[in-house]
Amino acid sequence: MKDYFYLIPIALAIGVTALAAFMWSLKNGQYDDLKGAAERILHEETDTPIERPRGHVDNR
Amino acid sequence: MGCCGPGAELALLAPGVRGTGEEVLLASRIVTDGVRQTDLSVPTVHCGACIRTIEKALGELAGVESARVNLSTRRATVRWRCDGAPPPFIETLRQAGFESHLFDVEPDNGHGELSELIRALAVAGFAASNIMLLSVSIWSGADAETRDLFHWLSAIIALPALAYSGRIFFRSAWQALRHRRTNMDVPISIGVLLAFGMSLYDTTQHGPYAYFDASISLLFFLLIGRTLDHMMRERARLAVKGLAQLAARGARVEQADGKQVYLPVSEIQTGMTIMLAAGERVPVDATVTKGTSELDASLVSGEQTPVPAIVGTLLRAGTLNLTGPLTIVATATPDNSFLGEMVRMMEAAEQGRSAYRRIADRAAGLYAPIVHLTALCALIGWLLATGDIHRALTIAIAVLIITCPCALGLAVPMVQVVAARRLFENGIMVKDGGALERLAEIDTVVFDKTGTLTLSLPRLIASDGMDQEAIGIAAALASHSRHPYSRALVEAAAGFAPSRIVFNEVSEHPGFGLEARSGVMSYRLGRPEWALAGLADARRMSGDKSVLLSKNGSRLADFRFEDFLRADASKAVSELKHAGIPVQVVSGDREDAVAEIARQLGIPYFAAVLPAGKIAHITALEASGRKVLMVGDGLNDTPAFVAAHASMAPATAADIGRNAADLVFLRESLSAVPQAISVARNARWLVRQNFALAIAYNLVAVPVAIMGYVTPLVAAVAMSASSMLVVANALRLGSPRKIVPRAGADAPLSAKAVMEAAE
Repeated sequence: MKDYFYLIPIALAIGVTALAAFMWSLKNGQYDDLKGAAERILHEETDTPIERPRGHVDNR
Repeated sequence: MGCCGPGAELALLAPGVRGTGEEVLLASRIVTDGVRQTDLSVPTVHCGACIRTIEKALGELAGVESARVNLSTRRATVRWRCDGAPPPFIETLRQAGFESHLFDVEPDNGHGELSELIRALAVAGFAASNIMLLSVSIWSGADAETRDLFHWLSAIIALPALAYSGRIFFRSAWQALRHRRTNMDVPISIGVLLAFGMSLYDTTQHGPYAYFDASISLLFFLLIGRTLDHMMRERARLAVKGLAQLAARGARVEQADGKQVYLPVSEIQTGMTIMLAAGERVPVDATVTKGTSELDASLVSGEQTPVPAIVGTLLRAGTLNLTGPLTIVATATPDNSFLGEMVRMMEAAEQGRSAYRRIADRAAGLYAPIVHLTALCALIGWLLATGDIHRALTIAIAVLIITCPCALGLAVPMVQVVAARRLFENGIMVKDGGALERLAEIDTVVFDKTGTLTLSLPRLIASDGMDQEAIGIAAALASHSRHPYSRALVEAAAGFAPSRIVFNEVSEHPGFGLEARSGVMSYRLGRPEWALAGLADARRMSGDKSVLLSKNGSRLADFRFEDFLRADASKAVSELKHAGIPVQVVSGDREDAVAEIARQLGIPYFAAVLPAGKIAHITALEASGRKVLMVGDGLNDTPAFVAAHASMAPATAADIGRNAADLVFLRESLSAVPQAISVARNARWLVRQNFALAIAYNLVAVPVAIMGYVTPLVAAVAMSASSMLVVANALRLGSPRKIVPRAGADAPLSAKAVMEAAE
């Protein structure tokens, strides 16, 4: 019985943490542009100049 | 050209899109001290490289603090310091290969509602999973002490979750009850609250059964359906909104002292003098005081052929000025202009129409009294039989829980979400589920002609006297003009080698045509008598469908044009006729133009109909018991949209029409109409099946509940099973045999679909 007294609060605390993390990320705009985020990971700024992706027409 | 394909076509769609500094300033809003934010809609952005190009191009402009692209909504948000004129965002993007236009950020309540739903869903999901974990231990045979503890824990989790997530249902149920109606949320709220209340009481009494898990997982399931439904509508709304903003945001007004200022449309007063450049839309009703030009009234009155404008011509708001600059004097305020008049007619038609009740609400109206009566009978029956009030109450509440319309609540939204998804893949946007229900009921289709049955651009008729070189010269000349015939010529010449002739000087003579010099040669493209004789005072002819190309006054080639039927127009019409749906054309255009199109399609027509006439026509049809689908694109069709049972508009429609229509189709093909009707009817059939499933489930479950055999475990299994069944049935709509999609239609809406619409 006394196991419950710390096991259950731990279980609930983990759940509440996850919920709070989700709420924070929602409010922070993390889900506003899912498609953009998927693309941006490939184009993060680096130290060296990024070459224009191949197969694309030059925009200028 | 942008890295992601054609960008030029969109310019054809929106010849009037401009982005002067004044307009940018009007559309921007202040974020913090000295920093303004402007939102731009960039329909052609679609990959990571586009994001980089746009953010780099905008970020390098002087004064820009930050630029960020949202790929999902195809929008760019720019923050800039407003010490002077706004940076040239739109020109910069055009140079980078992206067409863009200013985006009005409305007071965004739609988005707030979605995030409220998602938060409620997250809380309900958290609570449901945790309570279910505790419940599984109870069902596995926990001893009395542990069971009580777990019940208490469940209650502690359930209470805040119920208050937070449940308020969406409670609020809507309360609204309905206050207006003495019932909707689906009334039985849901009663069931959930009673289940929670009884479980709490039983927990204090150390009872063996508590239904916390049932009440919270019910909320969770229903919130999933509701969130999906909302996301579907939100996506359609954004896609429609992002198409184009054609309406004039403001106008250049000349003041008494000769100074010109840029005023927002809402501040324009009667008597003000407005300078209207070629390519701009008329902001308010006005008369021409200076200049000559030609006007494209196809969105306003349905007239396909451009009409000449000379001093004294009365212009209606929304008309597009094609060829020459005009000075006009406002004769009405925006509210009293043609556009305002259309809005008033819409409102009047709206009042005349009885409010449509959604099928789910109609079902709830039948369902709630039956279920509540059954529960009451169970209560009285058990009370009389055993005299045990607690026992009788428990069973009555079990009846309410087991019948709680989880399946019913999901039956309709799930089918409609899947149907909307099907249509979305085919380039058709649905505003909401009610639109699908109404579309399934229609039995008559009324088409507008200009821009709906026909494309807004005329087509060049191929003739034998035409040689490639002549077309090349004509197209090179025509590329300097916005006149529909010029654009048709440019389009027709797209496949040929460009002309090698270099023009030194090109000038447009509104009402006559284009003139250009190349060395000693003088070319003219325009009205035959003008091009040949060179007489500037030749009689203007309206409605003549031919132009002539001349060199030094002698004829080179003739070009004739015709209204061009939208792709698959005749196929769509015959499909509708086969399905037993009568089709008509009601147009504001001239009799002969309408008759020709109606003859090609073999359908009855009504020509030269005014907007009020369109409403009257549709109201008369509705009064004779028909349910009418109105398909149109112009401002003059918009009041008729509201009078009709359901309405559809192409992506090229006027803003107000696109916003009023129930469905908007992005592709050029008119088969969107029969497709949408077919999907809507399939959806209606599946909704009915789902209702039948839910009723069958209740026929089995209710007797079990009345006999008192429903434990929390039975309730959880039964409810989940029925929900799954209904969702699985809804997904059957996804099978492609129901509707044959066009080739390549499997990709979700991309820039390609929008481009197809624009082409």
